[in-house]
Amino acid sequence: MHDLILYIQSYLDSDRTPGGAGNLFWATVYILLVFAGLSVAVIAMNWLERKILAHMQVRLGPMRVGPHGLLQPIADAIKLLLKEDIIPAEADAIVFWVAPFIVVLAAFTVFVVVPFGPTHAITDMNIGILFMLGVSSLSVLGIVTAGWASNSHYPLIGALRSSAQMVSYEVAMGLAVVSVILMTSLNEQSTGTLSMIGIVQAQLSQGEWFVFKFFPLGLIGFFIFAVAMVAETNRAPFDLPEAESELTAGFHTEYSGFRWSLFFLAEYSAMIAVSSIAVTLWLGGWLRPFPNWLNGSTWELVFALFPGVTFLLLGVMCFYNTARMPKHPLFRIQTIGLAGFGAVLALIGLILFIPEVRVRVVDIYWFSAKVAAFMYMYIWYRGTFPRYRFDQLMKVGWKILLPMGLVLLIATAVLAMRTEVWVGIVVPLWQWFVGILHSLVSSL
Amino acid sequence: MNPPVATPFFFYLLAATMIVGGILVITRKNAVHSAMALITTLLAQAGIYLMLYAPFVAGVQIILYAGGIMVLFLFVIMLINMERSVKERQFNKQWLVGIVAAAALGGLFIAVYTTTTKGKMLFPEGRMSFGEDQNTQAIASLLFDRHAGQYMFAFEIASLLLLVAIIGAVVMAKKRI
Repeated sequence: MHDLILYIQSYLDSDRTPGGAGNLFWATVYILLVFAGLSVAVIAMNWLERKILAHMQVRLGPMRVGPHGLLQPIADAIKLLLKEDIIPAEADAIVFWVAPFIVVLAAFTVFVVVPFGPTHAITDMNIGILFMLGVSSLSVLGIVTAGWASNSHYPLIGALRSSAQMVSYEVAMGLAVVSVILMTSLNEQSTGTLSMIGIVQAQLSQGEWFVFKFFPLGLIGFFIFAVAMVAETNRAPFDLPEAESELTAGFHTEYSGFRWSLFFLAEYSAMIAVSSIAVTLWLGGWLRPFPNWLNGSTWELVFALFPGVTFLLLGVMCFYNTARMPKHPLFRIQTIGLAGFGAVLALIGLILFIPEVRVRVVDIYWFSAKVAAFMYMYIWYRGTFPRYRFDQLMKVGWKILLPMGLVLLIATAVLAMRTEVWVGIVVPLWQWFVGILHSLVSSL
Repeated sequence: MNPPVATPFFFYLLAATMIVGGILVITRKNAVHSAMALITTLLAQAGIYLMLYAPFVAGVQIILYAGGIMVLFLFVIMLINMERSVKERQFNKQWLVGIVAAAALGGLFIAVYTTTTKGKMLFPEGRMSFGEDQNTQAIASLLFDRHAGQYMFAFEIASLLLLVAIIGAVVMAKKRI
């Protein structure tokens, strides 16, 4: 028993990830925490997407279940779990059964390497980014098999579109990622890294987020990735595989109940996964904004207070809306519930002000805040852009993003070259050129 | 110190997965089932690479084979009308050649494993001692380093071959370019 406690405590002094320290207990805790956090994020995202989209279209969105529809996602989850789970008679039962699990596994496994902080990751692999790209590209297998196994036309067309789309955009995405990996090699030893934590630490040591590196090259790479990641996750305006006006629901038309909810879960966690790749690679991961401009202990303190202030503000918003609730007796439970929710949020905010908690949480806060900005963008795109036609989609992927990515990669490679290499290439070339000129002149 | 992950248990698990997957690939009548069995085999193979402390190769295996090539496989297979091939009796008219080739390959494996040249086995006794976290760098220096790099030429030739294949595919698919 004592040994066990010592084993658990031994990790707390180390400055490594649980996987890196080889501590099974903390690795399990982190896995459960990430899983729980993701589930809460997906639930929150479900509610936020409906609400924000509704407000963009001058509607109210869900208002009935709980105050301001706050309990709507839970009601939906219960509905989905209780629904009959239909397998079509002519479907390929095994493949139909396996497909949603492939998608969910792929979407959740990538979070093994997502760095929420310098030590807040389940583990740090030295092929981190390759692992993330590879495993998230497996989800297309689930989508394709789901569409095929349904043995129906709409799902099959959805699956065909999805496989073509994902394969096309993966190329441009990979080129943008490689340009970042080139940027990580700008150090004394000129060795780059593929590790997710290593990439953020490279940005820290170079004192610059990679969006601003080699301006505008970093920005272009970020743009390519930001477009490709929307296409990779099958979201509007690239949501052709599930275009509801053309294909009913695309590849998951025949799915219902629990299995459909797995697709839903996977879609949202894949969105969070690709956003966290973008945040790690270009936006400095867990690093706070303006580290050079606003430095010094005062600013450190101000930025460390952000998590608490955010939750306090959310609590205050809840209290404000509690005061605005209708004063009818029918709304009494909802009013009390909203006030209670506000109180919980405010309490979390106050806990986050405690210095011991603050220093451990501030990294996770900045990472999550940046990812949350991406999630808002996803909703914003959906509310703004009309869907692409399939030929337009292919044109954007192959004729615009891919050449841009190639030029970007070459330009980054040229700028990232070390001076010795420059000298090693340019000087011999120049001497060779001068030599030819010399022999030409002397032969005349 | 971490306990080693590469225990015999995992090796036998992955090897069994690969063999079962491989058998399923050739015995399933349905091409999509075969393709999915092949994906399982390839993923188990990536696991074997991980056990050999070659995470880079494992990552590339997942991205290229499981994530890229197999998607294209499925893409093509889905367009085929499956009903006829499922009903047809399975046949193999090349079993004699197949047996000879398999026996030759097996014999080659055994020969490689047992022959000794100048008193040394062909197989090294220990594994190459790259650190797990230097694998990517080690591969890069084998390929591209000015002094230690010995596979640069082979690598470039292989990529040229792939380029030829791509151009060939385009030429054959398009009547008018």
